[in-house]
Amino acid sequence: MTLMAYSPFVAQVRLVNITKQFDGVTAVEDINLDIADREFMILLGPSGCGKSTLLRIIAGLEDPTEGEVWIGDKMVNDVLPKQRDVAMVFQSYALYPHKTVQANIEFPLKVRKVAKTERGVAALAAADSLGLGEYMQRKPAALSGGQRQRVALARAIVRKPAVFCMDEPLSNLDAKLRGETRAELIALHQRLESTFIYVTHDQVEAMTMGTRIAVMSRGHLEQIGSPQEVYDKPASVFVAQFVGMPPMNILPAGSLESGNHLVGVRPEQLEIAASGPLSMKVTLVEQLGHEVLVTGDVGAKRFVVRVAAHTIAPRIGDVVGLDAPEAGRHRFDATTEQRIDA
Amino acid sequence: MAIDQVTGARRIGRYTLLMVAAVIVFFPIYVMLVGAFKPGNKVLIDRLLPTNVTLDTLRQAWREGNLGRALWNSVVVSVVITVAQVATSVLAAYAFVFLTFPGKAIVFAIFLATLLVPLEATLTVNRHIMQQLNWLNSYRALTVPFLATAFGIFMIRQVFLTIPKEMREAASMDGLGHFGFLGEVAVPLSRPTIGAFALFSFLTSWNSYLWPVLVTTKSDYNTVQTGLKALKLASLDRPNLVIAGTVIVALPIFVMLIAFQRQLIRGLTAGAVKG
Repeated sequence: MTLMAYSPFVAQVRLVNITKQFDGVTAVEDINLDIADREFMILLGPSGCGKSTLLRIIAGLEDPTEGEVWIGDKMVNDVLPKQRDVAMVFQSYALYPHKTVQANIEFPLKVRKVAKTERGVAALAAADSLGLGEYMQRKPAALSGGQRQRVALARAIVRKPAVFCMDEPLSNLDAKLRGETRAELIALHQRLESTFIYVTHDQVEAMTMGTRIAVMSRGHLEQIGSPQEVYDKPASVFVAQFVGMPPMNILPAGSLESGNHLVGVRPEQLEIAASGPLSMKVTLVEQLGHEVLVTGDVGAKRFVVRVAAHTIAPRIGDVVGLDAPEAGRHRFDATTEQRIDA
Repeated sequence: MAIDQVTGARRIGRYTLLMVAAVIVFFPIYVMLVGAFKPGNKVLIDRLLPTNVTLDTLRQAWREGNLGRALWNSVVVSVVITVAQVATSVLAAYAFVFLTFPGKAIVFAIFLATLLVPLEATLTVNRHIMQQLNWLNSYRALTVPFLATAFGIFMIRQVFLTIPKEMREAASMDGLGHFGFLGEVAVPLSRPTIGAFALFSFLTSWNSYLWPVLVTTKSDYNTVQTGLKALKLASLDRPNLVIAGTVIVALPIFVMLIAFQRQLIRGLTAGAVKG
């Protein structure tokens, strides 16, 4: 095995009835979540949904008001962060600005009293694996955002923790770098064979990196599933509209089908057809090269239809018919907004 | 070119102004230095040029003012106060920034409020306490009332506040406790401010006069300032002696200012420029 190999320690993380309140305000409520060993679990949701709070509870930076946190076969509620075998990568990287890259990466080992030569070797291995080898003597201020991000990652992996917690680590990077780093994180996860828990509000990151996604809203878990499951069978209107870009179109009860339920259709499932049951007044046509997004009003609702490139798209002001084939329809309860499966 | 002429004229004006200001500032220092090297009674009737240069006046001032003893006392008192103030300020500032405890805001407000009370208002009470403790004429009386200062706590708290919370959290994930974080991260990141505060603290206690006068009566406990006063009273007819004494007393401070000049300026301008 290589130097970066990890102990076979089983690091499943289990949250049991976790509730967290800040001064009477509930941030997360009654969360139950099982994260398997070596899983890449994404906590996805809009800002303020409690995903970061949940991650910080796992890392030990916050104490849950109620509930239990298990890592492996140990309940860790009363275990200090440093003793949890968990590393954390912060959105702001939180590097020590007065220390060199080398000293930053070595630091967790230094605190743990690892011998100097040993930690030098470990730091170099971690740095090399992230392409940082030539920057070891620089201070963080002399690095680009992407390089700082890698130093933060190296500082996490040098400890060889069982669980990696990452709090929106890519959100300070530009779009191109974000795409590249995403791919590197997937590779890193496969190489390290450890459990990743990753917080993001970016559904593209969630879809591309996660083995499973936990979608959160207002302190609750909306759905847990593989990216494809979450996309194909959203458990609620919230998930249907949060995952997928542009979001799923939702029709009010009674407008397409009889009965007291909502019908959702993804933009690519809608077809422009003169004979369709719905009619849409086109307000915007966006050419994206590989596809065309046609936006318009269906009654009082704004709809988006995805059309293949090089087909004849309608023009602004046109009134077109829309059809939603049965296979593309999602049904939700009108009051609870939960999915209804036939 | 016209533009160059304008800036040239402006530059001449600026340098003239600076030179005039420099002359005004340095003139008293010059008089003092020249006076220190003249015979004891010559200062007021002699020209402002260094004639009759002699080291006798400096020697005499050193001897008659017992300035060796006074310098030693001042060094002891100033070092003790500076070290203690830096230590207490750093620790208290850390608590106010990185710890949570009930009543934190109120306690901090009370600390700050002490800045509003002028020294003169507490002098008599403090002296009374010293007397009751039987501490008059001791190093304790000169140092203990100044071992902590709200000013230092406030100044260092402000710079600690600029350290991101995430850095503390990252450090705790890395395994650092509070003292570890203080020593490894918080203090190194705040070095310019702490250095400037230490220098300020040293200068303040070196120059303090009123308190030492109040709590010491024996010349064994004279600091440089009270020593100079004693020298002045004893040599009213020889003003040069006092001037020479002032030069001796100012010398250590002068050396220190030059040595730590960069530190001081960096500390005072810290935060003025982002990054």
